[in-house]
Amino acid sequence: MATPIEAPTLDFSSRFPEGVVADERKGFEGYIVDADKLIEFATALRDEFGYDYLSSVTGVDYVAEEMLEVVYHAYKTIGGAGLVYKVQVARDKAEVPSLYDVFPGADFQEREAWDLMGIKFTGHPDLRRILLWEGFDGHPLRKDWQEAYYEADVKPFKSRWPEGNFYRSEEKVDYKANVKYPGNFDPEKWVPEGEDALYGSLAKYEDTDTSGLKTDHITVNLGPQHPSTHGVFRIAATLDGETIMNMKPVMGYLHRNHEKIGERNTYLQNMPFTDRLDYLSSMSNNFGYALAVEKLMNIEVPERAEYIRVLMAELTRVQNHLFAIGMFLNDLGAFFTPSLYAIEERELVLDIFEMVSGSRMMCNYFRFGGLARDLPEGALTMIRGLAFERLPRKVDEMDRFLSDNEILRSRTVGQGYLSAEDAIRYSAAGPMLRASGVPYDIRRADPYSIYDRFDFNVAVRQNGDIFDRYIIRLDEIRESLRIIQQAVEQIPEGPIQTGKPQYQVRVPAGESYGRVEGPKGELGFYVVSDGKANPYRYHVRAPSFINLTAFGPMCQGLKIADVVAVLGSIDIVLGETDR
Amino acid sequence: MENKDLNSPGYEIPDDMQGVVSITTMDRIYNWGRRSSVWPLMFGLACCAIEMICTAASRYDFSRFGMEVMRPSPRQADMMLVSGTVTKKMAPTIVRLYNQMPEPKYVVAMGACASGGGPFKEGYNVVSGVDKLIPVDVYVPGCPPTPQALINGLIKLQELIDTQSIKQVRWYQKGELAAVPIPILGPDLIYQRDIPAIHDAGKEA
Ligand code: SF4
Repeated sequence: MATPIEAPTLDFSSRFPEGVVADERKGFEGYIVDADKLIEFATALRDEFGYDYLSSVTGVDYVAEEMLEVVYHAYKTIGGAGLVYKVQVARDKAEVPSLYDVFPGADFQEREAWDLMGIKFTGHPDLRRILLWEGFDGHPLRKDWQEAYYEADVKPFKSRWPEGNFYRSEEKVDYKANVKYPGNFDPEKWVPEGEDALYGSLAKYEDTDTSGLKTDHITVNLGPQHPSTHGVFRIAATLDGETIMNMKPVMGYLHRNHEKIGERNTYLQNMPFTDRLDYLSSMSNNFGYALAVEKLMNIEVPERAEYIRVLMAELTRVQNHLFAIGMFLNDLGAFFTPSLYAIEERELVLDIFEMVSGSRMMCNYFRFGGLARDLPEGALTMIRGLAFERLPRKVDEMDRFLSDNEILRSRTVGQGYLSAEDAIRYSAAGPMLRASGVPYDIRRADPYSIYDRFDFNVAVRQNGDIFDRYIIRLDEIRESLRIIQQAVEQIPEGPIQTGKPQYQVRVPAGESYGRVEGPKGELGFYVVSDGKANPYRYHVRAPSFINLTAFGPMCQGLKIADVVAVLGSIDIVLGETDR
Repeated sequence: MENKDLNSPGYEIPDDMQGVVSITTMDRIYNWGRRSSVWPLMFGLACCAIEMICTAASRYDFSRFGMEVMRPSPRQADMMLVSGTVTKKMAPTIVRLYNQMPEPKYVVAMGACASGGGPFKEGYNVVSGVDKLIPVDVYVPGCPPTPQALINGLIKLQELIDTQSIKQVRWYQKGELAAVPIPILGPDLIYQRDIPAIHDAGKEA
């Protein structure tokens, strides 16, 4: 069952007699804060009320009300339910004070809201586009912005339904391609904005060297095509010799417009798209989205389905961490041999996914109120074999071979340090947060589904260095295996779906935020429904994306070769980073 | 290579010379060499890249077909395996990489996205298939294609190589091969071939 967030019984009226009111729209919760009170409110939340973790920042375009709303989700790192607060501004004058100084974790998220929604965050030190490029025309997530292939506001499109006609979108547009330009655009006069803004933001550094030796600073680019960036990720860095003076991640090379497409899809149509967010852990993504929509629909999930969900989510964590460790060792220079071992085990988990869902990677297995189908015969036996026999042995084996390796240790111990305070400030999540000594795991801190029934430890490490971020993944695999072992023993018989399976679900108007502890960290889905067949707003709080906020600060002062190791230890998947 | 693939038909080879002497064509030897050592560019775009890695890894292991030497540098690669969604922001880079690869070079579009835009086709930042940018030799359907499907696609590429002739392939013709023009990131992606048309449209507006 989706645990409903209890409405926080906080009384802000004495602390904030004006400027903060409860959100009373039906189906909505939290508080609406005046823009000029925002910084004061957020600071008070952090310092006086204990909401020290800013999880998600996003915008919603209420075009009919001529208003843009910025939505903040805050949590306490000691656990418990969250708090939502919002700032509403006029559409044509969308300016909101930036929370960068209070929560640096808002950095990238505010840039994203600027890029896609056109909300200006005053006081943000580096408000550039983040997913698209400088010079792009318009802010695509605004409701009145239409792309070249635009057909209708919502699916299913009339042209294909119910007759099933189809045509290729290319045939209907100018230039036979997915492009459109502003009316009076002249390409011959166009000067691309290029990368000046990016390089300008890599602040210049004064030489602090007093030895009299004059050294130049150079700017280098890593990626977007580079073997150790885990996809199309780019790093621009200013170097002094080999030392990183300043570094900015550049992303968006895999920006696939997940949210725009998601707001056009029906609720169920989004399920397979969530698979393709963090394509290594599709089951977890399904889980988070299903939770968010179930919370809106207010439906329960049968017992057996809950168990299967947990099984799948934990198997996902196991195979994700295996892959992450393999690729991390790749980055350290142990080229491909550890990966081969890790991938071999991962394949066995994928076999189970293929068995239950029909696909190795893109499982599309969860449904609102249950699952697509029951476990096939033999699946439990296979899971049992893996969880009790093979995987514990293999994880120990990897641990034995790798963790004491001298090269691994000397490259990772004490490097890429992130303190507990910084991890919280930068809104880091998942293994990255816990490796810095913050025991925050949503499965414990704000339990969902049936995680409160299992006996497991929240893996925590104290040093906050690369090594801890590596070893914590082994710890987590072991804990996941424990959960799987218990779940396989306890799983009851019974139905796997509440009510009849439906293509078109009825979702009452309102908002909800469903979050799960994905393998990479807190994966949240913010869904706003206006009662129609499609989500009005659909936002993904992507851990891969937000974890990168701390990447730059973490790398400062390291050697260039270590950047790759730090990146590997964060474990990003570009599909989720760029969405 | 077995004798039957190597020897050109119509030439008798005495029994005692079998396996020692072969009469064959330049093309065959040359193609055999190339088809057995296709070096892919190490370059993953999206979800399909994970299946590409799995195809290269323990269970499926495409080195059995002479493809294991993934090259991080385009200058050393023979084949670009476009494994995933091609976005507009990435498009100039992909074309640049393609231009940097030395001939002979091949492109395999892996998956629905690379072949035609895939599930994300309608997106404002998505190019409807990599063939809008560079010529593609083999398309592999699937989302993602399973490792088996990818291997099948790669074998298809080998079959394609088998049919080529040094005399006809475009990279051995006289003159320089023109580089593919690199699209520009404007208010939207600008294909260089469209510039005059866009210019005219802008004037009318
Ligand atoms: S074809 Fe499917 S699996 Fe491959 S990149 Fe596209 S969405 Fe991902």
